[in-house]
Amino acid sequence: MVSKSVLQEQMAKQEYKYGFVADFDEDTIPKGLNEDVVRLISRKKKEPEWMTEWRLRAYRHWLTMKEPTWSNVRYPPINYQDIIYYAAPKPKKEVKSLEDVDPEIRSLYAKLGIPLQEQERLAGVAVDAVLDSVSVATTFKDKLAELGIIFCSFSEAVLEHPDLVRKYLGSVVPFNDNFFAALNSAVFSDGSFAYVPPGVRCPMELSTYFRINAQDTGQFERTLIIADPGAYVSYLEGCTAPIRDTNQLHAAVVELIALDDAEIKYSTIQNWYPGDKQGKGGIYNFVTKRGKCLGVNSKISWTQVETGSSITWKYPSCILQGDNSVGEFYSVALANNYQQADTGTKMLHIGKNTRSTIISKGISSGYGRNTYRGRVQIHKGATNARNYSQCDSLLIGSTCAAFTFPDIQVQEPTAQMEHEASTSKIGEDQLFYCQTRGITPEDATNMIVNGFCKQVFLKLPMEFAVEAQKLISVSLNLEGTVG
Amino acid sequence: MLEIKNLQVKVAGKEILKGIDLSIGSGEVHAVMGPNGSGKTTLAQVLAGRLAYEVTGGTARFQGKDLLAMKPEDRAREGVFMAFQYPVEIPGVSNAYFLKAALNAIRKYRGLEEIDAMDFMGLVQDKAKLLGLDETFMKRGLNEGFSGGEKKKNEVFQMAVLEPKFCILDETDSGLDIDALRLVANGVNTMRGPNRAMLVVTHYQRLLDYVIPDFVHVLVDGRIVKSGDADLARNLEKHGYGWIVEEAPKPQPARA
Repeated sequence: MVSKSVLQEQMAKQEYKYGFVADFDEDTIPKGLNEDVVRLISRKKKEPEWMTEWRLRAYRHWLTMKEPTWSNVRYPPINYQDIIYYAAPKPKKEVKSLEDVDPEIRSLYAKLGIPLQEQERLAGVAVDAVLDSVSVATTFKDKLAELGIIFCSFSEAVLEHPDLVRKYLGSVVPFNDNFFAALNSAVFSDGSFAYVPPGVRCPMELSTYFRINAQDTGQFERTLIIADPGAYVSYLEGCTAPIRDTNQLHAAVVELIALDDAEIKYSTIQNWYPGDKQGKGGIYNFVTKRGKCLGVNSKISWTQVETGSSITWKYPSCILQGDNSVGEFYSVALANNYQQADTGTKMLHIGKNTRSTIISKGISSGYGRNTYRGRVQIHKGATNARNYSQCDSLLIGSTCAAFTFPDIQVQEPTAQMEHEASTSKIGEDQLFYCQTRGITPEDATNMIVNGFCKQVFLKLPMEFAVEAQKLISVSLNLEGTVG
Repeated sequence: MLEIKNLQVKVAGKEILKGIDLSIGSGEVHAVMGPNGSGKTTLAQVLAGRLAYEVTGGTARFQGKDLLAMKPEDRAREGVFMAFQYPVEIPGVSNAYFLKAALNAIRKYRGLEEIDAMDFMGLVQDKAKLLGLDETFMKRGLNEGFSGGEKKKNEVFQMAVLEPKFCILDETDSGLDIDALRLVANGVNTMRGPNRAMLVVTHYQRLLDYVIPDFVHVLVDGRIVKSGDADLARNLEKHGYGWIVEEAPKPQPARA
């Protein structure tokens, strides 16, 4: 790999050489990243000056940073000059009906129980169904607006709600936070923005589900959610269908801000393309997610079900700044075939009487490597802070691996900490027992895995929980491969 | 119902069963007794289909079908049930969920409709009472944190719900106090009937005081060395296994 300084030099040369950005064909900019590309992205989105400047500062800082190597995942070096950082919405492959869609994808949809209309939308079939779902989205948006709730794309928010964006953007994940967050800050394409005004309880689950088809969100998403005092919002991210993407790197940033007595619940089902059975292809999911409990009695709760991506590097965290604030992290991460997951959370206790709960369930199968990495920090002055952590690993077969790296730092003598960990293996005894009751080894494995994940699934909104269960069994390829 | 002929089984390369002949008719309760290490549990497990047990010779036919050729789950669906000596725990999977899945897998195999939640709850409530299990029991994880006695009761409870044709009870009395033993025995006895057979594997006479067998077989060193009626079991309780071991034909010493 080229060392950073050489790379910088090269890029400096490039900037000089290709300093006439205006000549670029607007829809297909060349591979690579420099200040002009950052400016171009900003201009394409018709962003105000402050936004462009923020991106540039992030970019300049990114140049000084090194890609982190502390995580427990292995992958060949990424050539950041070999990535296209802005592409106009990809031309959809002409698909006239579901018959033309890859049978493998279709059978996956069927297994997941996605309704036909939804299958068509996901496969990009140009039928009226697409229009239908757009109009549904509009209906929701009107209803939300009546309550003063803003829910729109990030780009729209920059243009229409600049005060809110300027106030909170980067306030939880600063652009210099880490290598991938800095990269995202420089080149983010789009994402979601939600604001819930004081005292308003958002009456429905906000979801990218009914918005994503309007805008083809790219690989650098940016999401910002703000709950004003006394507000409540539950946000669902993700799509339960596989998103086949030729892009390798997915570096998103999510920031949550909860003010006094506010609560944000953020649920994710991540099912990006995991690569094939030999470990070829798949998404590198390098994501920074963090919430700040800024106000007293505020609460932020992360729930994630991570079944996709070839590599997951993700630590949804909570900064518990307000007194009596509460942070929660519930996670199921699955690594099958050659997937690698390094995921966990950080709970930073700053305010008094802050509480946090961590429940992490890691499942490894095939040649998968699953790592839990968690940090619990009780700062001085965070009197009576409490944390409960539980991280369990489940191994299926004998070629997979599970790792646990808990890191507990306590600077406050009144703190109460609990940490529990377990590693178990689906045993022949368990499978045999189920078989003697008439249950096949495949169904038994499915049952055991779902039992293992139950604590986390219970935290998901109802429909999501059902889908998560199905997704786990599909992701483990449980049909006819076990036993 | 079950015809076992000259059954020979190896476990981890070691010969454990050295030619078992056993014929069990419909409506009969057979007890297999024997000292530790005689092969009792092996016999139970091999009939249920444990993979690690290698059948090296002989046959076992269940209702005319080759039992040993069937996968364990198919044996269960055909009507074979084993109550385990050491039932496993499956955390997070409730007893109700597990049992319903089992019942439906069996029903489906037999071409019956899946049972719905209401009918299922009605069915299990009656059977649970029989074994003195309370309502919260169904919601707990399968054997999760159960005492030894609770686990054994759960085995017999499952048996009562699944209504198998042939029941294998592997050391079901071990670890039970006298009250639990009575409940379990009562559960087993209510299941006796002309269309069902049972094989009770036990080290002690205890359970057989309550579940009176029609036939008793004594297993020593992988062979049935003596068969009789319930009196044989009482004799064993009084005199131990020693006299039978003495009487048993010794294997010929290998010639040098």
